[in-house]
Amino acid sequence: MTMPLSELEPIIEVIDLTTHYGSRKILNGISLTVHKGEVMVIMGGSGSGKSTLLRHLIGLEHPSSGNIKLLGQDIRNMTEHDMTQLYRKVGVAFQSGALFSSMTVGENIMLPLREHTKLDQKTMEIMARLKLEVVNLAGFEDLMPSELSGGMLKRAAFARAVIMDPVLLFCDEPSAGLDPVVSSSLDELILRLKDALDMTIVVVTHELESAFRIADRITVLDKGDILTIGTVDDVRASDNRRIQDLLNRHFEEEILDPDAYLARLTGESEALFSQV
Amino acid sequence: MLSPDRPFPLFLQKIESLGRISTKWVNSLGFGTSLLYQSVFWICWGSRRKQQVRLEAIVSQMMEVGILALPIVSLVSITIGLMLAIQGIDALKDFGAEHQVTYGVALSVVREFAPLITGILIAGRSGSAFAARLSTMMINNEIDALRVMGINPVRFLVVPSLVAMMIMVPLLTLWADIVALLGAGLYITTALGISMGTYIGQTIAYLGTADALHGLGKSFVFGILITLVGVINGSSVTGGAEGVGHVTTRAVVHSILALILADLLIVFLLTR
Ligand SMILES: Nc1ncnc2c1ncn2[C@@H]1O[C@H](COP(=O)(O)OP(=O)(O)OP(=O)(O)O)[C@@H](O)[C@H]1O
Ligand SMILES: [Mg+2]
Repeated sequence: MTMPLSELEPIIEVIDLTTHYGSRKILNGISLTVHKGEVMVIMGGSGSGKSTLLRHLIGLEHPSSGNIKLLGQDIRNMTEHDMTQLYRKVGVAFQSGALFSSMTVGENIMLPLREHTKLDQKTMEIMARLKLEVVNLAGFEDLMPSELSGGMLKRAAFARAVIMDPVLLFCDEPSAGLDPVVSSSLDELILRLKDALDMTIVVVTHELESAFRIADRITVLDKGDILTIGTVDDVRASDNRRIQDLLNRHFEEEILDPDAYLARLTGESEALFSQV
Repeated sequence: MLSPDRPFPLFLQKIESLGRISTKWVNSLGFGTSLLYQSVFWICWGSRRKQQVRLEAIVSQMMEVGILALPIVSLVSITIGLMLAIQGIDALKDFGAEHQVTYGVALSVVREFAPLITGILIAGRSGSAFAARLSTMMINNEIDALRVMGINPVRFLVVPSLVAMMIMVPLLTLWADIVALLGAGLYITTALGISMGTYIGQTIAYLGTADALHGLGKSFVFGILITLVGVINGSSVTGGAEGVGHVTTRAVVHSILALILADLLIVFLLTR
């Protein structure tokens, strides 16, 4: 992006967001802005608060303190009715998929159309099929969600999130657990949506390759704090140790000595067996 | 002095936990009232908000709650009718008043047994199922998904079940009335040597519209209670699959309790 920041239209503004679960502080005074038409990737280790941040951004949870503005509106002051109106312009693909288990995949994907438009059944079916084709799930309309694999559920959830061509799209770990081919085709889809529809997209992901492929900017979260916000190159060039650790895939505590670890495992299991 | 890091004396802890429990009940009561209010809102003004309550959803819930419950309601009703007739004749024989049994059975079935037994059956069948469905949707983020699609979960999930219950529980109760009275008739006609026609004639003559309305009115309230208790418990789920089992059981116990207390209250207010 070469435009000066002042000309960019902010779609999401987060100001000093702090949140607790019980007495545990999960997000620690976070501020960030997402501009129209950009792909913002949120990265960070497991448990760093990515999903929690996302749930706050879409108004499902209320912060202990701080402000969130979505499409120019402060979501703290919005009525239920205003939120409903706002949600028609927003698509969300949850980390777990969250398809309705009592409906077929096709019905799941058509549900937003059925509820918010007056399209006839045939048109809705065609639109659903198109979105399913895009995520490589054509022909699975009539299956129940319980009959899909984890990766297929994620893709179906993605199709449902974009069925209304939202202005703003949130995806929580869209490509986690997908094979590389499907994962990169999902990345391409995200880029196409951005270019063709000028969609603003917030993606939470663990996958570095995917993040670097799609991101305009990256926010790196660590234990509820923002380590940095910047372009792919900024993040790559950062000399912050935690960020370099993350980039070198040292997300979690690593196993330093595999042999010793294995020995410990087998030793323990032998001990278990000898007790029997 | 009490300080935060010193444990409370035991009696204060007791009072505190008592306070917490009663706060929970008051909260549930408030939540129930608000659910009812919201449901009425969506039924009346849903279409103006472009959030219509769907007829198909209501019909499918009516099938689930009502039609599929017919066999069990029939079986239990006919048994209860027979039992009341046997007990009634046996008890009244001592006074030489066994011919009054029709009256006693008719009143107790229509005013008390049919509504209560139907209510309890539906609480066990549909109240639990509703709590299970709702709590599963909660832990799978499906309720969140509804929200962010701009679909109000009360309108989409609660209202169809509520309406179905408000219609089907009274209808099932009416059916239970008929089946139980016929069941009682089977025994009474043979024991007293009267014809079925005479028995039915007597029953109709004894029963006033007020009695029938009393029973059906109560069952209408029961239908609402079962739904609300199901929602309150279902939406309070924490933890995974274990939590679902927990709230499902609790929904049944609570709704049976609610039915019996409501029954007592209504009878006390209307019959004294
Ligand atoms: N409902 C909840 N109640 C209590 N604590 C929670 C709840 N949800 C999340 N947390 C806590 O908040 C922290 C952040 O969780 P979150 O789900 O946001 O992590 P994440 O970055 O999305 O991790 P992952 O990459 O594994 O999805 C964790 O420490 C978690 O224990
Ligand atoms: Mg997460």
